[in-house]
Amino acid sequence: MNIIVISLVTLGVIGALAAIILFFVAKKFYVYEDPRIDEVEAVLPGANCGGCGYPGCHGFADACVKADDLGKMLCPVGGAPTMEKVGAILGKTAAAAEPLVAVVRCNGTCEHRPRTNEYNGVKSCAIAHNLYGGETGCSFGCLGMGDCEVACKFDALHINPETGMPEIDEDKCTSCGACVKACPRLLIELRKKGPKSRRVYVACRNKEKGAVAKKACETACIGCSKCAKVCAFDAITVADNLAYIDSQKCRLCRKCVSECPTGAIVEVNFPPRKEPQAQPSAENEVKTDVKPVSAANAENEIK
Amino acid sequence: MNKLLISPAPHIHSGDSVSKNMYGVIIALIPAYLTALYFFGLGALIVSVTAVVSCVLFEYLIQRYLLKGESTIYDGSAVLTGLLLSFNLPSNLPIWIVVVGALVAIGVGKMSFGGLGNNPFNPALVGRVFLLISFPVQMTTWPRPMPLNMHYLDAETGATPLAFLKGGAFEDLPAHMDLLLGNIGGSLGEVSAIALLIGLVYLLVRKIITWHIPVSILVTVLVFTGILHAVNPDMYASPLVHLLTGGLLLGAIFMATDYVTSPMSHVGMIVYGIGIGVITVVIRVFGAYPEGMSFAILIMNAFTPLINTYIKPKRFGEKKKQ
Amino acid sequence: MKTFKIGGVHPAENKFSAGKRIVDTPLPKQVIIPLAAYIGKPSVPVVAKGDVVKVGQLVGQADGFVSSNVHSSVSGKVVKIEPALDASGYKRMSMFIDVEGDEWLETIDRSTELIRECKLTREEIVKKIADAGIVGLGGATFPAHVKLTPPPGKKAEVLIINAVECEPYLTCDHELMMEHCEEILVGISILMKALQVSRAVIGIENNKPDAIALFQRQIQVLSFDGIEVQPLKVKYPQGGEKQLIDAVTGRQVPSGALPIEVGAVVQNVGTTFAIYEAVQKNKPLIDRIVTITGKSMLNPGNYRVRLGTPLKNVVEQAGGIPEDTGKIVAGGPMMGRAVTSLDIPTAKGSAGVLFLTEKEARRLEPKNCIRCAKCVSVCPMGLEPFLLARQSDRHMWDELETNRVYDCIECGSCSYTCPANRPLLDNIRYGKVTVMGIMRQRNVKK
Repeated sequence: MNIIVISLVTLGVIGALAAIILFFVAKKFYVYEDPRIDEVEAVLPGANCGGCGYPGCHGFADACVKADDLGKMLCPVGGAPTMEKVGAILGKTAAAAEPLVAVVRCNGTCEHRPRTNEYNGVKSCAIAHNLYGGETGCSFGCLGMGDCEVACKFDALHINPETGMPEIDEDKCTSCGACVKACPRLLIELRKKGPKSRRVYVACRNKEKGAVAKKACETACIGCSKCAKVCAFDAITVADNLAYIDSQKCRLCRKCVSECPTGAIVEVNFPPRKEPQAQPSAENEVKTDVKPVSAANAENEIK
Repeated sequence: MNKLLISPAPHIHSGDSVSKNMYGVIIALIPAYLTALYFFGLGALIVSVTAVVSCVLFEYLIQRYLLKGESTIYDGSAVLTGLLLSFNLPSNLPIWIVVVGALVAIGVGKMSFGGLGNNPFNPALVGRVFLLISFPVQMTTWPRPMPLNMHYLDAETGATPLAFLKGGAFEDLPAHMDLLLGNIGGSLGEVSAIALLIGLVYLLVRKIITWHIPVSILVTVLVFTGILHAVNPDMYASPLVHLLTGGLLLGAIFMATDYVTSPMSHVGMIVYGIGIGVITVVIRVFGAYPEGMSFAILIMNAFTPLINTYIKPKRFGEKKKQ
Repeated sequence: MKTFKIGGVHPAENKFSAGKRIVDTPLPKQVIIPLAAYIGKPSVPVVAKGDVVKVGQLVGQADGFVSSNVHSSVSGKVVKIEPALDASGYKRMSMFIDVEGDEWLETIDRSTELIRECKLTREEIVKKIADAGIVGLGGATFPAHVKLTPPPGKKAEVLIINAVECEPYLTCDHELMMEHCEEILVGISILMKALQVSRAVIGIENNKPDAIALFQRQIQVLSFDGIEVQPLKVKYPQGGEKQLIDAVTGRQVPSGALPIEVGAVVQNVGTTFAIYEAVQKNKPLIDRIVTITGKSMLNPGNYRVRLGTPLKNVVEQAGGIPEDTGKIVAGGPMMGRAVTSLDIPTAKGSAGVLFLTEKEARRLEPKNCIRCAKCVSVCPMGLEPFLLARQSDRHMWDELETNRVYDCIECGSCSYTCPANRPLLDNIRYGKVTVMGIMRQRNVKK
């Protein structure tokens, strides 16, 4: 009986002492943190992907609270709706951000781009890129070893084993930009998602002369400038034998797609064309072949 | 001509492989195994075959059905674990206890950490120590050595030299010659010093291990027990007896040198060896158990990550600290 | 027998082409001369498309100090200047010259007569070497004149001639030594004068006893004072600059420092020969010896090749590409580069072309690291390859820096020795490149 009492008292005293010490320590080392930071963090997606440029969601929330206006702050994952909520909490106006999506600017599938050698090193794009031009004749194109796939935290990007190319799941892509940083060949770009997810872009980064590029890959951009000439909106620039479509200026008329002799320009999520006239059939085939990766995905989902 | 292969340099390989190293150790164990068969006969055969077969079987089953990976039984590490486990067991141990030991060695000691290369403790010793704590009676009654013994469970038992040491009965110790040849009581593989030393030479010649771990353990034990013996010869046995008895040689040559659980740098290996030597002698001389090798190795296994973190190899061009 | 102290491996030597006399390769139809066939800034072309050039004529002017002149190795017409694939694995700016005849610049002395006397001053020698576009011919292709210009306040004490040739298969330096011993000795005395040192050591591995004996005899007979031969135990990577200095002098170059820190300057034996030709014969660097070798090669041998000659022309001399080729390596098997095509030109650093069969070359599937510590024992820099490779794989740049990944010399001993076939160096090299980039950026910011 005595023992029980003694142990109860001892433990109780120790507990009380510890509580007192903890109380004073907590007082002494208390760090004031703006309570709004936690509120903001609560509405953020919580993926800690770093796509905003801050170290995780807490860092971004902290920056939002401290920022004078939210014009330059954007959570690429949550997009405009999230930023509106953040703005409501902080009483600031959020920038109306356009939704972006990652696109792969290479269409060098196994079919389009013959393999000329076999890579036998570590399966990593970064290591292969440091070593040599790659398994094909194109030293600008996708290496297909999936550094982007590893970098994607949202399960939105996968290498298709049949084509050897990454495919982006538009619904899952949050445009955090991790894959953009992971690709040693700078093939992935965050582009405007576009109305009804419709986009037109040049799926090639090869800066070599036309004949050389074409030899390496049948859908390479050969820098012929036909697209730039046909474009009525001045959206296409050609530099270093390579065309680029400015997604801000592009009005999705798709004239360049028809004009491109190699099928390097791809269109995504458009309804099928009504009149395939005036086009040599072979080129048309190329175009349908060059089904942009994300469109293919979308179709699969519908099925 | 096929497509040319491209890879970063180097373009050639030494041809060394995991299984070559594992089978190399197994070959080095053959002399000790033969002496075990000679002195403990049928029992040694039954215990060792049971241990090896059950280790391989458990590894196969766990790899196949739990980890769902490619079978790893051909790399020889499971065979080696089984063999080493049996070398640490008395030859009159019932089969079911051996099987339990193998299950703990492979299941708990190795595969639960992810298989070869990831285990922090020597699997065979995990199995052995588990058995030693769970079945202390069976694990510490050793049969007497008898040439071509055909008895198994009913073998005549007797004490080991270390038990004599613990009891202070120095006069009952076997002659040095018997210690060398292995004509003493003890676990399967630990009895013959000469056979184990032949194994050591083979390992060193084949460059499977370096000298650092075994030599540092043996020298530490020699020096430590030597000092004790010099202080009081009546209470502490001579260093030679300590070196030749128990699992010291087996542990120093085959168990402590396990690749996975020993440090990576040469200096680290020496620190690790000294640690094992000191702990072994402390347990043997001052502790409750007559034998301390297994515990010493397991304890130092736990220190291996720490040693790897703080003891780095000598860097090229590094200036000596003043 | 002397050797370096830490680590090292001993791969099968496979010197099939040892003792094969140097054979001249016929001129190709067209040469491709890269404008940046060395470490440093690319040179600036000084001739244009359509110009006619002679053998030895300057076609690319060095751009800055760590850069090198490029000369035409043939006479003929410049047809184009555009990117061409070379052993680096990428296309780099190169000059294509169609060969017409073989007309040399008049200033070049093409006789084989030995000229021992050199009356030039130290500065004139270094200038001549720089003008001749000489780079380290051992494979690293570092401009030679840079090494001969010690930073202010530093003084060389000893010149070390790298005649180790520790890479398996390669024999070009060995054969050069056997056939041009006197020229090399004169080259060494010129280098000694340029560096103002009184002692030079030729480091030769003792798998070349004939070369050791020949040099020892000729030094005696021709009384070259201050030059000695140091036989070395065969061990890879003894040809590494830091390892060779350690082997010969017993001094270790501190991390991040240049060899001059311990008073040593290292030059490759092939470079020494090129320096002899440049200084005494006015011949710029326009050719080199290339070893063509491999187990299934019909005529493995040593060939004198004009720079820019497509490798396939040289290979034809040696009997063509063997049937069972699985991998073609430009350079030695430990540090050479696998190439995708033999259309690439012979460069200043091309010491050899090695044909490996598919079976020799294909890597085996990597297994779990069993922590056998063999990579740690063989690392000549005292690093922990197993750790560096893991940290590179996980992008742990800070930890890599504390573990001194930047000291790695990429010799490949770790990957070569790993029983689990882990591609250690692949990962480490990537980590090293990244970490060094981070360090450079930090230094710029400071």
